[in-house]
Amino acid sequence: MSFTIRKQGEIVVVDVEGQLIVGNRQELKQKVLDELEKGEKRFLIDFSQTGYIDSSGLGVLVSLSKKIREQGGELRLANLNDDLKTLFELTKLDTLFQISDSRERALESF
Amino acid sequence: MRKMRVALEIEIPSDVHEIERVVELVQKECRQLKIEPEKCSLNVPVALTEALSNAILRGNREDASKYVRVRASVSKAGDMLVVDVTDEGAGFDLPASTLNCTTPENLEREDGRGLYLMQCLVDRVEQFVDGGNTVRLTVQRG
Repeated sequence: MSFTIRKQGEIVVVDVEGQLIVGNRQELKQKVLDELEKGEKRFLIDFSQTGYIDSSGLGVLVSLSKKIREQGGELRLANLNDDLKTLFELTKLDTLFQISDSRERALESF
Repeated sequence: MRKMRVALEIEIPSDVHEIERVVELVQKECRQLKIEPEKCSLNVPVALTEALSNAILRGNREDASKYVRVRASVSKAGDMLVVDVTDEGAGFDLPASTLNCTTPENLEREDGRGLYLMQCLVDRVEQFVDGGNTVRLTVQRG
């Protein structure tokens, strides 16, 4: 599992490889908060290489979204596979996040 | 009571970094039973991750001297997987501890989705105390 962070224009793009679960969620949270502290406002998390997410991973996404909004920014998500879409629907988090089917569409949507 | 065969029995320390390894082993059993692919890739791993993290974080409070036991059994007919996760804690009231995380007042909470997800994702979740606090997840093919 690993997280890769890169800038595309004004947007910070985070790739999540492997699972986003209780054992690594703090690492993702800290990486994004570090960028937020540097003044970054627009964030996109790309799940194209993600297996599954547990409740603590979902919780971190909710928490980051709140913190980014409080700073006047926005967190968007892209490339959820069918399993992950099911997870977001079950928890109704699909109503909380703007989710795009591709990274390109997500980047254009900001 | 259906006839069951123990497919996996393992004891892990109270460390959340052990979770993925155990989940992979149980996923393998799941695939061998030819349980539906989405149950093998989503339902079982997420529900089991929740049960294991509850056992490690809440049951054993990450106490390095305490262990979590995992036992996966399959029905002789090969159409049912039962996973018991046992910690050394005092146990909890499953219905009373389950939060509906989809209501507007709970939607933006960081925590509280674990037990809800577990119950959404597998056919049955049971909790009982029997020489330790056990959460039992049952998954059926079909």
